[in-house]
Amino acid sequence: MSGISTIWVYLNTSPLLWLAVTIAAFLAAHFVGRKLGGSPLANSVLIAGAIIIALLLVSGTPYATYFEGAQFVHFLLGPATVALAVPLFKNLDKVRPVLLPMAGALLAGSLTAIGSAVAIVAAFGAPADIIASIAPKSTSAPIAMELARSLGGVPSLAAVLVILTGITGAVIVTPLMNFLRIKDYAARGFAVGVASHGIGTARAFQVNDVAGAFAGIAMALNGALTSFLILIWSLVFA
Amino acid sequence: MSPQSETETARPALTPVAILAGFAVLLGFQLAGEIFVVATRLILPSFAFPGPVAGMLLLLVFLTVRKSLDSSTNAVASGLIGVLSLLFVPSAVGVIQYGGVLVDWGGPLLLAVVLSTLATLLVTVGTFLWIAKLTGKQSP
Repeated sequence: MSGISTIWVYLNTSPLLWLAVTIAAFLAAHFVGRKLGGSPLANSVLIAGAIIIALLLVSGTPYATYFEGAQFVHFLLGPATVALAVPLFKNLDKVRPVLLPMAGALLAGSLTAIGSAVAIVAAFGAPADIIASIAPKSTSAPIAMELARSLGGVPSLAAVLVILTGITGAVIVTPLMNFLRIKDYAARGFAVGVASHGIGTARAFQVNDVAGAFAGIAMALNGALTSFLILIWSLVFA
Repeated sequence: MSPQSETETARPALTPVAILAGFAVLLGFQLAGEIFVVATRLILPSFAFPGPVAGMLLLLVFLTVRKSLDSSTNAVASGLIGVLSLLFVPSAVGVIQYGGVLVDWGGPLLLAVVLSTLATLLVTVGTFLWIAKLTGKQSP
């Protein structure tokens, strides 16, 4: 037994173990998703997250120790976001004719994302810091944390709500759009990008390349617009 | 049946140096984006904009002006986007840190997230299609 615990102590001080676990859990989640025929319910972020959380709880490992390894994967979010310019560039000829629909959908969607979330938690009598933390939930995590902080919210809670929003949108977008018989992949992708930022965008790329490109544009534009709307809101009400 | 069409783009084999070059382009534009955001904060302290998104917009402007995309940037970008879901896993696991808040306010927060996301999807797609119809510019 002492041999095993020696190995465990060694592994727990090295970032290698949890880096490997992160990738292995994702591959397992991806495999499950494939087995289920690419079902949106088998969201790989959700499944991989659940597997790793279970492992952390069972082994009594704190999140900080986990993140020592996982940070290498997390870091790639930056260059991956920059990389979204590539499909956007390839689809520019599809973007130009729908600039007006995009502008209108962005404004309506962004206001709905902020307003409906704030209205619902406010109706439950949530305190101001909870309301401030959910307001930017449809933007990507770094921007939402920044906005929550400037509004007097809790940045880490904002990050959690961002992830939950992303997973929710990624899970419901395909069944919802199919149910409504919407076949316009530009509109579908744009909607999931506004509602569910990068996780929605990752889902859109799984379904259709055009949807993915439009989701990427929507995510970037919504990040910018939400910052602007919240800036105005804080100037008017603060 | 979900419209699952895996887009398999044929990629020519790249040398390790070409992959490194593609990665350097993405990191370079991210760095430029971060510098742009930090510099803007000197004038506008409340400016909240993620550096990588600024970097994406800068790369888009660069590609549009140059009107071409080199194969190494294309390959590395496609590779990263192909595993985009993986990159959110560490943040998703971070949920375990906030058990307390989620227990106290879990119900209303979860309800707000689900209903608001559903409403946002419907309003966004509806507005998009409505204006496209009004302007007579339905995308194919």
